[in-house]
Parts: sequence; structure tokens; C-alpha cells
Amino acid sequence: MSHDMSEDKLPESHGSAGQHEVASHGDPFADPGLPAHEPRRTDIDERAAKRAERQVSLMFVVSMLATVGFIASYVAIDADKIVYIFPLGHVSALNFALGLTLGVALFCIGAGAVHWARTLMSDHELPAERHPIEADDEVRADVIEQFKTGAAESGFGRRKMIRNTLIGSMALVPLSGVVLLRDLGPLPEKKLQHTGWDLATPEHPLPLVNMNTNKPMKAEDIVVGSLTFAKPEGLEEDDETFQQQIAKDALMLVRIAPENIKDKDSAELGFEGILAYSKICTHVGCPISLYEQQTHHALCPCHQSTFDLADGARVIFGPAGHPLPQLKITTNEEGFLVATGDFAEPVGPSFWERS
Amino acid sequence: MSAANSATSGASKPASTREKPANKAEAVADWADGRLGIYSLAKANLRKIFPDHWSFMLGEICLYTFIIIILTGVYLTLFFNPSMGEVVYHGSYAPLNGIRMSEAYASTMDISFDVRGGLLIRQIHHWAAIVFVAAMLVHMMRVFFTGAFRKPREVNWIFGFLLLFLGMFDGFMGYSLPDDLLSGTGIRFMEGAILAVPLVGTYLQFFLFGGEFPGTDIIPRFFTIHILLIPGVMVGLLVAHLILVFYHKHTQWAGPGKTEKNVVGMPLMPVYMAKAGGFFFLVFGIISAMAAIATVNPIWAYGPYRPDQVSTDAQPDWYMGFSEGLIRIMPGWEIRAWGHTLNMGVFVPLMIFPLVLAVIAVYPFIESWVSGDKREHHILDRPRNAPVRTGLGAAWISLYLVLLIGGGNDLIATHLHLSINDITYFVRVGFFVIPVITFVITKRWCLGLQRRDRDKVLHGRETGVIKRLPHGEFVEVHAQLPQDKLHKLTAHDQPLPMELPAEVDENGVAAKTGILTKTRAKLSHGFYGEGSQIAKPTAEEHHEITSGHGHH
Ligand code: FES
Repeated sequence: MSHDMSEDKLPESHGSAGQHEVASHGDPFADPGLPAHEPRRTDIDERAAKRAERQVSLMFVVSMLATVGFIASYVAIDADKIVYIFPLGHVSALNFALGLTLGVALFCIGAGAVHWARTLMSDHELPAERHPIEADDEVRADVIEQFKTGAAESGFGRRKMIRNTLIGSMALVPLSGVVLLRDLGPLPEKKLQHTGWDLATPEHPLPLVNMNTNKPMKAEDIVVGSLTFAKPEGLEEDDETFQQQIAKDALMLVRIAPENIKDKDSAELGFEGILAYSKICTHVGCPISLYEQQTHHALCPCHQSTFDLADGARVIFGPAGHPLPQLKITTNEEGFLVATGDFAEPVGPSFWERS
Repeated sequence: MSAANSATSGASKPASTREKPANKAEAVADWADGRLGIYSLAKANLRKIFPDHWSFMLGEICLYTFIIIILTGVYLTLFFNPSMGEVVYHGSYAPLNGIRMSEAYASTMDISFDVRGGLLIRQIHHWAAIVFVAAMLVHMMRVFFTGAFRKPREVNWIFGFLLLFLGMFDGFMGYSLPDDLLSGTGIRFMEGAILAVPLVGTYLQFFLFGGEFPGTDIIPRFFTIHILLIPGVMVGLLVAHLILVFYHKHTQWAGPGKTEKNVVGMPLMPVYMAKAGGFFFLVFGIISAMAAIATVNPIWAYGPYRPDQVSTDAQPDWYMGFSEGLIRIMPGWEIRAWGHTLNMGVFVPLMIFPLVLAVIAVYPFIESWVSGDKREHHILDRPRNAPVRTGLGAAWISLYLVLLIGGGNDLIATHLHLSINDITYFVRVGFFVIPVITFVITKRWCLGLQRRDRDKVLHGRETGVIKRLPHGEFVEVHAQLPQDKLHKLTAHDQPLPMELPAEVDENGVAAKTGILTKTRAKLSHGFYGEGSQIAKPTAEEHHEITSGHGHH
């Protein structure tokens, strides 16, 4: 043994004589058995016990007062009253008062009960026997015997045809449940491949409408380095399907000095440096909102996919798997920005049928 | 006739020969016993013994927060309108006046601003849910690190795991119901994840949402699942969980008088009743106070959901943070072929999420397979005495935390002025490296503690008394440990690693050892072999040292 223990293990370190005795029985680590109960202060000193009793009652009384306070707050404080409380800031006065009074009322019941249990109820530890969870062999044999008798009487093992058809029918019947789920929704068909912009054709182009002003836009309204959000003309906020439409149609328009556009195809799809990209992230569909003027990078706030808008919205960081789809835009006779067709590929998150 | 008569009259004598009840309460109890059999029920349970340890209250917190969630949840359903029908808001919160929103959002606003106490109940509900999931996780770790999941409790471990999984899921759904900007973003995330499922993704999405995103069905459907389906299943699991706890009886720490065959503690009535009952009120009281002081999910600050808008710091509740981390660190791989797209960037994290959880769920079966131990265990392991298990648990937690960092990378970046890209790269590497490092450190730490225990048993504890020996050396006096300590420190088992059967049997014929057996032997050596435990002191070693002439 590498341990350096010199002569020097002095008598004190061997403990008292009593322990030597136990050790000499053979097993030095034997279980000494449950220790004797040690009385608490409250067990021997009646004054301490009385004090504990008063403490417990006091807590219950505080609880009663707090409940009264709760009811009083409910009646007296207006629901819309806002107060300033340091360091919380502006909070609802009613919420604050109700919550604290309820908290105190409940906490004091709990604290009283626990204090009572700890100081005044008996703290004698008692052992209880455990029984093995497993049954003994006799019970086991008996049960198996009974089961066998039952199985034999049913003829389940003998009548193979009944058994097999039963299993078959039981296996099939849950299918009805699955089939019933079919009418939860329509089939996807080609719905995800199109957006509201597919109403646009070269003959009937669809104007781009500014999301904030609700007005069609001219090219000169969009300054270089700015990001503008747009929707198709005719889509109004109080339309029944507005939410569903805007989830696919939302556009972001960015204007980049033409010499800074790296992707030539992308420049073609735009108009004098104005590029119209889907605002819906191709990762899982958050709207993209953060734009860095100098780099032309757009960042999705949800999982930080970063797209280079000067380079065909290529993904340069983050979990998105493909670039943002771009909408081909031009201007009509009056000089308003219009789209002449739908996106070339589906917008938003990718899915199995997306080619 | 008369014989029959006498027989019936004999039988019709009042069956009960019980003495008259001493008071009203006994009379009521007698009445109930005649119908419900309460005495037999109470006989076994009234003085049932519960051992006491502070960590046993973690499970209680889970139970109590669950009750609080149900109580407040019922209250909220009285006011909440789970509809995606659009209305224009005219309530007492001025900044949103005249804004279009769903009825779900509008009714949540009313609960927060017009129903007296509504905000409080909403806050208690949400806080309790957060505490619930946190407590389940910590409770589960307590059970894990002490080995309380071993036979006969494996099934209950699975029940507990399912409760955690369902709890997280139901929390996510509840978070989605108010239809505010954050919750809508969460649903959008779910939609993208479902779409990423190969082959059937679009169909699942259309059936779940009743059409395209967002449609008008998803919130009413979530509502039913959130308040009925999942809680219903959870109540069932919870009852089963508690019945098993009752049936198995509590585990206990090794100590004087405590064996595998008994349970030492205080009786249900009165001590445990008072303590546990009181603790319910403590938990409820604290959560109420939290709801009064700390705002959680202030939906009015986010505004109603619109698919083309998003608020900054889009964050799920913390327990979903690790799935958020997975999705953020995954590179955006997409495989496109034959007119199809496989979205690995979303699908892979979607698969890893349940896997990370499931690994911990199946652990008890792995360990019992490796150890081959088929005995019942009621005495808890001290974490240091199972270094590999403790290391694995710590590694798992570290993985969870690394992913949480990944999930909060934007918050960390803005608060600590770091580059968000750097944090993501760090987490990508950390995902693989940090759990390994954590495992190694934890295991060594455990071994160090075992070594210290060994020293304490053999050489006693340090007393702080310095003695000078005749030849001038200074030594610290060690005092022999009392018997109960000695017992406690040596009570644990040290399983031996499994040995492979000999390559060649006694007839010289090559014995076939299956790959499974080989793996098992390997794992067994990893768990219990050299370097995974410090041999605990034997009685002989102790004798030799304590007999007074223990010179080395
Ligand atoms: S949705 Fe945009 S990065 Fe995930």
C-alpha cells in the first residue's frame, strides 16, 4: 500500500473502546442498527413547545388576514390601475395585490403545517418491513396453472381459425380511426407551389402595394439601400383568408446599386436594381425583417439564417437550405411597379414534393 | 320447512356484531366502512412509513404544480375563446385599440386586463407550468443519479419520462393558444418542421392545420389537445406513477438500521400528511407571489400574430430551448433529387429531439443489461459510487445546456456582445465535444471522492489537531469514524465486470461468442472495470490498520 502512515497513527485515531468491540466481532462495517431517538427541545421543554404552538397559530392567523386582504383588493382596486413599484417597474396594481395576498395566505398555511409537523408532532423514526415485489413460487405456479385452465377452456389454442381471424380483425379495426381523420383537412395538391402572385400575367400585371401605406409604388419611391415590404394589389386586411395569403405573398423590396448586384440572373428579374424577394424564410417560414445596408445581408430573427440579397439571396449562414425565391418585377405604363407572374419556385419552408 | 326457517332466521341476524360507536365521527366512519370498506384500506396506509430526505420533495413539487395548473387552467377556460375568427379590439389596453386580431388573442387580452384576477391566474398558470417542467427534469435527475430507477422501479421511470415528454409538449401547445406574435411564430416553426417530414409531411400539415398555414383551425384544435387529450393522459400516468410509488415504497439512503428489506421513516399520519399537505400550500403560495411580482409572457407587448411580422427575441419557453438549439446549429442541408426535396436541415433536428430524450428513458434497461443485476434495489447509490452512470448523466445534462446556449444564441450575442456566428460555430463543435469532456471530468471526480471515502474509512477523519512526534515530525491526528459512518461509507455494492467465456471450451472446440455478448462484456468493463471504481476497503484492510501495528 502506497499510503504513508507512520508509527505515528496515534492512539486517538483508533476511536473509542466501544468501536473496537464492534470491530472485533468480525465485520468492522456492520450495520449498528437504528440509532436511539434524540428528543428535541420541544419534547422536553414545555415552554418551547408552547412557543412553537403560538408560532404555528400565528401563521394561520396571518393567512386569514391575507385572505381578507385578497377579497378587499378584489373589491377595491380597479382592474386597469397601473402602479410603479421599484424594482419591478409598472405593474397592474390588482395583479400585484391579489397575487401577494394569495401568496401569503397559502404560504402561511403551508409554513404553519410544516412547522407544526417539525416541532410538535412525534419525530420517532420507525422501520417498516418491505416485501419483495415478486410473488413466491407457489403463487406463481398457481396463477400459471389457472391461466392454462382458462386458456384451455376457451379453446383459443385449439381453434386456430378463430384465433387467426380474431387477430386479423383486431389488427384492421384501428384503421377506421385513421380513415376518420381524413376530413381534418384538404389534400395539399399544388397549393404550396403557388402564391397570390399567380393572378399576375404579362397581359394583366399585378401592382405591388406598399404594406404600410397601402398604395402602389413607383420605382423612385424606393431609395438605394432601403428595405420595403409589399403585398399584391387586392389583398386586404379584412379578407377572410388574409392571414393565409400574407403567409405566402409577403414581399421585401430592396434596391441595390446595379453595379453591386453580383448575380446577373437576379438583376434581370428586378427593375433598375429593385429586387423583390419573398419575405418568408426558406428555413421554417419566419418573416425576415433585419437588413444590413452595407453588406446587403438579410437576417431571419428566428434561427439567424442570413441571405445575401446582392447575390440572389444565397444562404451565407444558418440553417436555411436554399435561397429566397425572387419575384420578377417591372413597371406598367403609369410607372407603377408590377409583377407579371408568380414566383418560379414555392416560397417558405421546403417540403418533399418541392422539386 | 322449520329447519330452513331456522337457518334463514339464523342468517338474518344482524351481520355486524360491532360495538356501538363511541362518538359521531366513529359512527360516520362505520357507515362508510359498511359501503366502501375504508377500514381495510386505512389499515395498511394510515401509518405507512415514508422516509425523509430533502430531495424527495422534488417529486412533490411536480405533483403540486400539476394540481395548480389544472385548477388555474379550468378557471382560464371559463374566459378564453379558442377561436381564430377576426375581431377588432376595443378593450381597456389602449395601445392595441382598433387593431385586428383573433378572438383567441382578444379574449386573452380581456383575461389580462378586464377580468379581475384574470391576469393573476394566467400568470400562475404559466409560472406553474414552467416550474412543473423544471421540477420534473430535476426530479428525474435525482432518480437517475441515485440509481432509484433500478429494479423494481424501471416501469415507473418510463411513466415519469412520458410525463416529462407530455408536459413539455402540452406546455408548447399552451404557449401557442393566445395567438400572439410569439406563439404564432412557434406554430409556424412547427409547420415548417412537419413539412420537412419526407413523403407525408405536406399531408400531415394540411390535415393538422385544416388546410394551408395558418388557416382557422389550428388554435381550436390545439385547445382541445391542450386541455383535454394530453392532460387526460397525464392524469392517468400520474395516478399510475403514484400507485407504484406507494406500492414499491420509497427508496432510502444507506445508514444505520436501514436495509434493503425495510423502510425507515415517519408515518403518513400525522407527520407526513402535515408536511406534504403543508408543502402544497408553500408551493402554491410561492408561485402566487411569483405571479404577482414577475411578469411572464406579456402578450400585450408582442401584439397579435401576423405571418409577415415577427418580434425580436423570438424565444420559446426554456424547456423547448434545446430543440430550438438543435434547429439553430444544424447546417442547412437539403437533398434535391428526382423532383423531391429532403430537408435535412430541419428533419435531422426533428429526429434528434426525441432521441436525446429517449436515450435517458431507456437507460435503466441498458444498465441492468450491462450489469446483469436482477435483484431488487431499495437503497440508493451515492452518485460517486456509480461513476460511469453519474458521468453519463452529467454528459447528458451538458448536452442539454449546450443546446440551450444554441437556442438562446441571439440573446447571448446581444447581452455579451459576441458574434452570433461564433456562438453557433462553438455550439456545433460543443455538441460533440462537451458531453465527452463532461463525462471524463465527472467520472474522475467521482473516483476522487471514492478514494477519499476509502481513506476516511481506513484512516479516520481529520481532526484539525496537529501533533509533534518525538523525532520532530508534525502529523495531523486522525479520528476513527463512528460505526454508523463506517457502515454508510461501505454499504454499497461494487459489481464485477462480466468476463467473456473462454475462447476455447474444455474440449478445445472454439466457443462462439456473439457480437452482443462481446459488446456487453466491453460495456461491463467500461462500467465496472478497473479505472471505473476504487475498490472499497475490506474488513481485513481495516483490521490491519486499526489493530495498532498497521505498519507499511
Ligand atoms: S425560419 Fe428563418 S432561420 Fe429559421
